[in-house]
Amino acid sequence: MSSAAKKARPKYLSLPAILFEIRLPLPGWVSILHRISGLLLFFPFAAWLLYLLDASLASEAGFEKIRTHYLQMPVVKLALLVFAWAYLHHFCAGLRFLFLDIDKGIELRTARLTSALVLVASLALTALVAVKLW
Amino acid sequence: MVNRVITGAHYGLRDWLAQRITAAIMAVYSVIVAIVLIWGVPLSYSVWRDLFSQGWMRVATLLFAASLAWHAWVGMRDVLMDYIKPTGLRLTLEIAVLLVLAGYLGWTVQILWR
Repeated sequence: MSSAAKKARPKYLSLPAILFEIRLPLPGWVSILHRISGLLLFFPFAAWLLYLLDASLASEAGFEKIRTHYLQMPVVKLALLVFAWAYLHHFCAGLRFLFLDIDKGIELRTARLTSALVLVASLALTALVAVKLW
Repeated sequence: MVNRVITGAHYGLRDWLAQRITAAIMAVYSVIVAIVLIWGVPLSYSVWRDLFSQGWMRVATLLFAASLAWHAWVGMRDVLMDYIKPTGLRLTLEIAVLLVLAGYLGWTVQILWR
């Protein structure tokens, strides 16, 4: 670690501070949710999806069991919905970051607007998935 | 002059760029698969099996899996570098991430070409 990074700085990062005192602006919410959704997609969702792909392709009986039994269980539907939100948020926020990388939408007003758009769009699309699931 | 840390980054552009390129690949694949699933013929086992027996679908899915592995590695390493400070623990977790991703990739190959 470089000496600059090791220099002691005053910190104020207790858990209550993180939970109740630090108010993130909207782009900050998009950013931390991008991180959390990415973590969830890495584990457990990627493994779960591979399991579903495996079982559904292995045999017709496996496919039908997943479709008519497994995917009808409320807790599985709920998990699928959380997956849908994580994927959609990660997708939308990632698209926004790609535009930020090429210096599009970096003015404060636009950046706030697009982050609100990301949060709303991914929730709206998740709602659509919910409608299709139930 | 940057002091190099074994559990740190490569201090370069390569992974940053790779994360964005793999993101674009996965985005295109996701949109195509979503369109097929929503507007394609109703899903039955034969439709599902035939879709994944096509050569292009297998290659595209493998490309997706490889992209995911690289993308998730860069992302997870960023997360570990930000939150896990003890070097030994961080290295252990980084190895665990790599093993999990290699496992995903092997599993994908096994599913696609069985």
